[in-house]
Amino acid sequence: MTEMVLGPQILSVRGLYKAFDERQVLAGVDLEVYRGQIVALIGSSGSGKSTLLRCINLIEQVSDGQIFLNDEDISDPRVNQDQVRRQVGLVFQAYNLFAHLSILQNITLALLKVQKLSKDQANETAMALLERIGLADKAHSYPDKISGGQQQRAAIIRAVALNPALLLLDEVTSALDPELVGEVLELIRELKAQGTSIVMATHELSFARDVADWVVFLDGGVVVEEGPAAEFFGNPQQPRTREFLTRLNSI
Amino acid sequence: MVSPVELERRAYRRGKQNRSTLISVASTVLFAVVVWLSLVGSPGWSRVQTSFFDWPTLVGSFPAVLDGLWLNLKVLVFASIGVLIFGLILALIRTLRSPIFTPLRLLVGGYVDLFRGMPLIIVLYLVGFGIPGLRLEWLGRVPAEVLGTVALILTYSAYVAEVFRAGIEAVHPSQRLAARSLGLTYAQSMRLVVLPQALRKVAPPLMNDFVSLQKDVGLISVLGAVDAVRAAQIEVSHFANFTPYLVAGLCFVVLAIPTVRLTDWISRRLASREQVGGVL
Repeated sequence: MTEMVLGPQILSVRGLYKAFDERQVLAGVDLEVYRGQIVALIGSSGSGKSTLLRCINLIEQVSDGQIFLNDEDISDPRVNQDQVRRQVGLVFQAYNLFAHLSILQNITLALLKVQKLSKDQANETAMALLERIGLADKAHSYPDKISGGQQQRAAIIRAVALNPALLLLDEVTSALDPELVGEVLELIRELKAQGTSIVMATHELSFARDVADWVVFLDGGVVVEEGPAAEFFGNPQQPRTREFLTRLNSI
Repeated sequence: MVSPVELERRAYRRGKQNRSTLISVASTVLFAVVVWLSLVGSPGWSRVQTSFFDWPTLVGSFPAVLDGLWLNLKVLVFASIGVLIFGLILALIRTLRSPIFTPLRLLVGGYVDLFRGMPLIIVLYLVGFGIPGLRLEWLGRVPAEVLGTVALILTYSAYVAEVFRAGIEAVHPSQRLAARSLGLTYAQSMRLVVLPQALRKVAPPLMNDFVSLQKDVGLISVLGAVDAVRAAQIEVSHFANFTPYLVAGLCFVVLAIPTVRLTDWISRRLASREQVGGVL
């Protein structure tokens, strides 16, 4: 194995626990992400992938453990959570585009209200991004008037436009048909090429193998196995991992 | 095992919460004191105190007012049942799509406009004095409280019909399509799929209208029915003191509290069911 050259550490999750009432969803998860890395979270439904991402975005309050973003403990209640979320982008499985705004307005909303850009600057930034994903002609369409793949790409761009230090993608291709999945994966590949740091929960194993630097297999709220993509898929060590991979591959 | 970091975080959050509780308690007390002092300090306070807050009058008028409240309760029960049924029928007619029903739909639309616009007190006068004025032999002599109930049903049905209609229209069209695609008829899909969801959506505004109706049953007193308000009026002239009005007012408040709490509870339960994990 060639030793990977790692940039500075962006995210460090240490001993993360999360319980909803009595239900323990995360039971001591550790995760590290370095600048420019793509980390793929895989695991069956209910394994805690989404919860982990939501904790990192501070949408869920952790039950125990710590989360460091650029060496700052963001799980500390004293940090300004809105400030933290401005550095972390989250893209939802169901897009969550604002239904009352056009695609362009969806993207410029936070640019105008959070980053306080001028209207011209915001529109320019948004249009440049839309141009890049080939949706410039849909800028003034409303979300329910465009296809799922287009909506999901717009949703990713909405998060990317804010230039987050870390981008979280929560099964962004799950609600799409196979033909549209390609569009979205292409966009993620492009983001990787630009050096965006990404943590993505995904069911697209071949994509994870192709594009992820590091793969983490979550099961029952703990990390069962993790490693560089080629190694992880080529030679899984744990029986539970092998079982999961065979089952998914047989579909 | 809980780590020291988490324990410290919990202590911090608890401290912060205690601090905000303390601040809100302090500001509430301060506000109450300011109101109380400005009330007591007003030049006419002692006169107001004797004519509105007289304990012997309160005790003396209470039984009569309570008797009257019993009539209000009965009117409330019949009126709310009537409003629910009539309001729902009006709403269903308004949501019919077929062109044959256009005249009916327009009629109901006109009805809703008329009764939402007309002040309740005018409706009470029109029904309470107009219907007996027709001298219909077969109807006999109708008691004032029954006429009052009819007037309340007429007015409130118009409001409630609009609430129901909003609920029915808020159910996503895909639900109706799914029901129809299973072979259910229009009426079946309405009854088994659309209405149950619509009712859940409109429960809070519906309860709000119920609270409003609960006070408005006091208005039947203008027709001469001896309800809590009318009884209070009689007691006021008997004692030459305004305290009975306060008694009647507080009776209505006590009546409304359980409903108001129930409304809050229903709204909260609905909210928690529809937004999973929404802490922000």
